[in-house]
Amino acid sequence: MMQQDDYQRLRLKIIATTLAFSFVPLLALGVTIYLKTESVYVGKVYGNLRTLVENKKTTIDLFLNERISQLTTLAFTETFVQLSDEKYLEKVFSILQIHSKSFIDLQVIDQEGNTVSYCGPYRLKDVNYSQEPWFNMAMARGLYVSDVFLGFRKYPHFIIAVTRREGDQSWILRAAIDSDIFDTLVRSVHLGKSGDAFLLTSENVLQTKPRFDDTILEKIEFPRFSKFSGTRVEEFAVKGKTSLYAMAWLDNKDWLLVIKDDPREELLPLYQARWLLVFILFGGTLIIIGGAVFIANSMVRQLVRSEREKASLDASLTQSSKMAALGKLAAGVAHEVNNPLAIIMEKAGWMRDLLSEEDIKASPNFQEYADAVQKIEFHVRRAKDVTHRLLGFARRMDPLRDDINVNILLDQTKSFLENEASFRNIEILADYDRGLPSITSDASQLQQVFLNIIDNAIDAIDKDGVITVTTRHDKDAGAVVIAITDTGKGMPKEVADKIFDPFFTTKKVGEGTGLGLTISYSIIEKLGGKIVLQSAEGKGTTFTITLPAH
Amino acid sequence: MSIRILVVDDEPDFIETMVKRFTFRKMPVTAAPSGIAALKLLEAEPFDVVIMDVRMPGKDGIETLKEIKKRYPLTEVIMLTGHASVESGMRGMSLGAYDYVLKPVDFDELLEKVRKAHERKLLNEGRNAPR
Repeated sequence: MMQQDDYQRLRLKIIATTLAFSFVPLLALGVTIYLKTESVYVGKVYGNLRTLVENKKTTIDLFLNERISQLTTLAFTETFVQLSDEKYLEKVFSILQIHSKSFIDLQVIDQEGNTVSYCGPYRLKDVNYSQEPWFNMAMARGLYVSDVFLGFRKYPHFIIAVTRREGDQSWILRAAIDSDIFDTLVRSVHLGKSGDAFLLTSENVLQTKPRFDDTILEKIEFPRFSKFSGTRVEEFAVKGKTSLYAMAWLDNKDWLLVIKDDPREELLPLYQARWLLVFILFGGTLIIIGGAVFIANSMVRQLVRSEREKASLDASLTQSSKMAALGKLAAGVAHEVNNPLAIIMEKAGWMRDLLSEEDIKASPNFQEYADAVQKIEFHVRRAKDVTHRLLGFARRMDPLRDDINVNILLDQTKSFLENEASFRNIEILADYDRGLPSITSDASQLQQVFLNIIDNAIDAIDKDGVITVTTRHDKDAGAVVIAITDTGKGMPKEVADKIFDPFFTTKKVGEGTGLGLTISYSIIEKLGGKIVLQSAEGKGTTFTITLPAH
Repeated sequence: MSIRILVVDDEPDFIETMVKRFTFRKMPVTAAPSGIAALKLLEAEPFDVVIMDVRMPGKDGIETLKEIKKRYPLTEVIMLTGHASVESGMRGMSLGAYDYVLKPVDFDELLEKVRKAHERKLLNEGRNAPR
């Protein structure tokens, strides 16, 4: 028989196994699908950003290229003399502005850094640039594109300077270009709520005005990237905020084009999918746990039931085989004892016969002899009673088949014992099922059983108590159930286990043979029924007899 | 009218006492220690009532009973049984025994049955006698 702990352990084992075998594949499936989707989705997001930054880069490069070409063309088609004429310069400037409004002004500078002619909204006629670093660079390289700066104009702009050598002298054609154009170009990117795009110099100085926080020309906190070709998309944290950054260096200027995007925004559908997945996993897990618990519980319940049935079957098998063996033993012993008893009986009888003769009657001890013989005969008869009851327990007589109303039979049995019971102030209560079907059984043998049990109940109570006789119809089992409950002293388990054994008695020597319940047991067994008892020490005992209804 | 009795049992002490007690009552009695001995005695002389134990070594009571009933149908047999009593007793009766008595025997009861068995034998003899 398994213990409660074993069942609990088995239950947990079943639950754990079921969970493992259903949850692990579910989890694996969920995680795999998610990871796959994620990599595809993230790849797509990255790809989009890459394309975006490439397009922007091309646009900005193209813009710069065009400006540089225009200026170069101008510088190399016109002569220094021609452009020194401010009227002419103005004319050329207006032509330039037809193509591009972003030219702020146009300026011709000689090799000493003096402004020769100027055309534009500011008064810069007498400015000398010879000390400016850009002037020297432009003179040396022939072409110079500056970073964005405020300059004399106090307005963010940058300059393109083209140097031309004409004969033995060089001169510079310089144009200021409104850098607002970059803001427009860069920011025309369609971005999410927290997306941004800006240009950075190699020193991380902002060249355009970003949408948030920083202002133009400020040096911002940003990792340094050495020049790389093509585009890069990376996710990293700036000022504690993780974003997706797509970057590309411009071809014509050492400016880094950066497009920033909030990964949370870009990956929102993915996060939604993740939550959905978590939700489904959670729900699935709950269902699986519920199922596992349900399965484990019903399995264990089934197991407990069958174990219990098996145990009670075992118990009744043990009991009946014990009874059969004891029956054989008892019959053998009884028979062997009967033969010597028969001889003793006859010898005693013979002595009694002889005592009737005249001459012995005269003997002074005649009365003693007569008493002794009588006592011998009395006790041989007593022994005979025992052996005959033993044989009665062992014999296999076909029971009679009467139609019996158990309630009436119990009432009759009760009436035999009511005198004795009332003498001891014991009440015998009847709680009958009036709809009890009649059964086919042996009335006199059943009555013997009832008498025995009620008699025992009276003895168990001794004085003052109640005996309840209950009958019920167990329709499911097709059986009639008779329960006889007393309020007596009850018995410990050791006694209860042996109560049906022959010669087992708790009564005083001479008061009981210890065969009553043994015989009752074998009778009920023969009638196809069952007899069990439940006893609680100090509270009382219940004998339950189950007989087949038909 | 004396009743000729044959007592058959494998317990010498038992038959010895039986013989003494019947003799004490002036009843002619013979003892046999086994079924075979009983059949031999029956061959030699007729008996009215046979008192026989069911369980004996060699030829047991039931077999001897069958034999006696076959050869001497008018002889009445009372079975003595110390064994699972009622059953074997009933079986003996179904085979033609007059009655059965449980061991240890109440002698007066046995005596009564012997007398009744003899009466029946006389009745049967009267019915079967040639007119």
